[in-house]
Amino acid sequence: MFDDFLFRALIAGIGIALVTGPLGCFVVWRRLSFFGDTLAHSALLGVLLSVAFDLNISLTIFTVSSLIALLLLRLQKTTNLPSDALLGLLSHSSLAVGLVVLGFLSFIRFDIMGVLFGDILSVNVNDLLSIWIGGAIILLVLWFIWKPLFASTVNYELAEAEGMNPERVNAIFTILLAALIAISIKMVGLLLITGMLIIPTTMARNLSNNPKQMVILSIIGGLLSVFIGLYTSFEINTSSGPTIVVVALILFILSLIGIKKRNYG
Amino acid sequence: MTNNPNVLVKISNAGIQKSGKWLVKDVNLEIHRGKIVTIIGPNGSGKSTTAKIVLGLHKKIEGNVQTFTKKISYVPQKVSIDWTLPIRVLDFMVLTEDLKPQEINDALNLTGVDHLISRNLRDLSGGEFQRVLLARAIAKKPELLVLDEPVQGVDFAGEVALYGLIKKISEKLNCGILLISHDLHVVMSATDYVVCLNGHVCCSGTPVDVARDKHYKELFGEKSSQLLSIYEHDHDHVHTADGDIVKDNV
Repeated sequence: MFDDFLFRALIAGIGIALVTGPLGCFVVWRRLSFFGDTLAHSALLGVLLSVAFDLNISLTIFTVSSLIALLLLRLQKTTNLPSDALLGLLSHSSLAVGLVVLGFLSFIRFDIMGVLFGDILSVNVNDLLSIWIGGAIILLVLWFIWKPLFASTVNYELAEAEGMNPERVNAIFTILLAALIAISIKMVGLLLITGMLIIPTTMARNLSNNPKQMVILSIIGGLLSVFIGLYTSFEINTSSGPTIVVVALILFILSLIGIKKRNYG
Repeated sequence: MTNNPNVLVKISNAGIQKSGKWLVKDVNLEIHRGKIVTIIGPNGSGKSTTAKIVLGLHKKIEGNVQTFTKKISYVPQKVSIDWTLPIRVLDFMVLTEDLKPQEINDALNLTGVDHLISRNLRDLSGGEFQRVLLARAIAKKPELLVLDEPVQGVDFAGEVALYGLIKKISEKLNCGILLISHDLHVVMSATDYVVCLNGHVCCSGTPVDVARDKHYKELFGEKSSQLLSIYEHDHDHVHTADGDIVKDNV
């Protein structure tokens, strides 16, 4: 029953869930959900540029998203606009620029739905390689910066006073997010990647009482969403990205029962 | 440059401006090993700002800051833990440095909260949280300890005990301490040098000198200066008893 493409999709999904779990925790802890969206929106521009100039898709998305992320960090320093306004500005302007560029590329057959929602049918061996190699690098870097990143998440000034250089690890973390978006766009789609980051993590929050436990549970949540979501999308013929996110949502709702029990019973 | 090996931090003529206004100006301060410097002053007088200048958290400052140590612990004035972050006392203790279980327990024991080790930070009361903050700061055995209102929310008996503890720590670890406080009469016994701040250094010296200074009286009122007599009485009394300031004060 497992066709070849479904098996590839499964391997891809496992790779992505292993990375979204830990990164998602930091996104939630640092209140960066909207930031994830901004990076994902800027990925459309990356996809289009890669199609137009025949470049490697993951590398192009990574470059564009990283540039947008660094631009944001720069703007936060130099202007007095609040972060959410800056994010809105970057998010929607990069999306709009992407869509305008798309208009110019009418000579290319382009599957915009695939970019927005992900397309498991299109996952090939190269994509698997970029997911697993890219994912391994992301996790390795995260492991190295874990302590300073976590300390500056708890209290920025305390971390800085005690010599942890929060500004640098923040920038590195931002680039890791851009890298995650680059490797997972094809699978999950740019509209839903933030959902993969946030929903299993919030489920994990409901069930955990320390940071490591929350990371592990959000990885498990992500894996379950991928397994059940892919199977379901295959059986009832729905898009893979949305189905995975819906499964994650159902897991989140179930976790609310867990939190009720813990708080009242 | 200073050649005194006991100097941990030396700031000279330090100040910081924000949108054309001076937050603090012309601060001169030295922190020595084994000594406690206390900054007092009314709200908005630049106490926390001065602490942050010492810690190097402010980048665009006037004047000169020299730091001769990297082993620094900091207790900020306010630490708020977001609900999304589940974190136990145990996890918090090793935030910036890995510690042995024994070191963690000893530090928590010193501040009287070792029973809270597996509790979640968000479930602690204000006073308990302050004790955990202090425990974390001392557990890593710093050379310089910066404490911004470390006993806020702690009950009076606990306050006196914690100041006594801070004094002991400075002796035991031979570390320099910069303490920010608003209640001079409680910290006096645990202080070697007082800087009274009101946007600038309005007076400084030993606790007794400062309490007698007319600028101090102007700033805090005649009453606060009268507290000195109570303090001095306590002080004599305690020393003739058993030398322990903590127990007799209550």
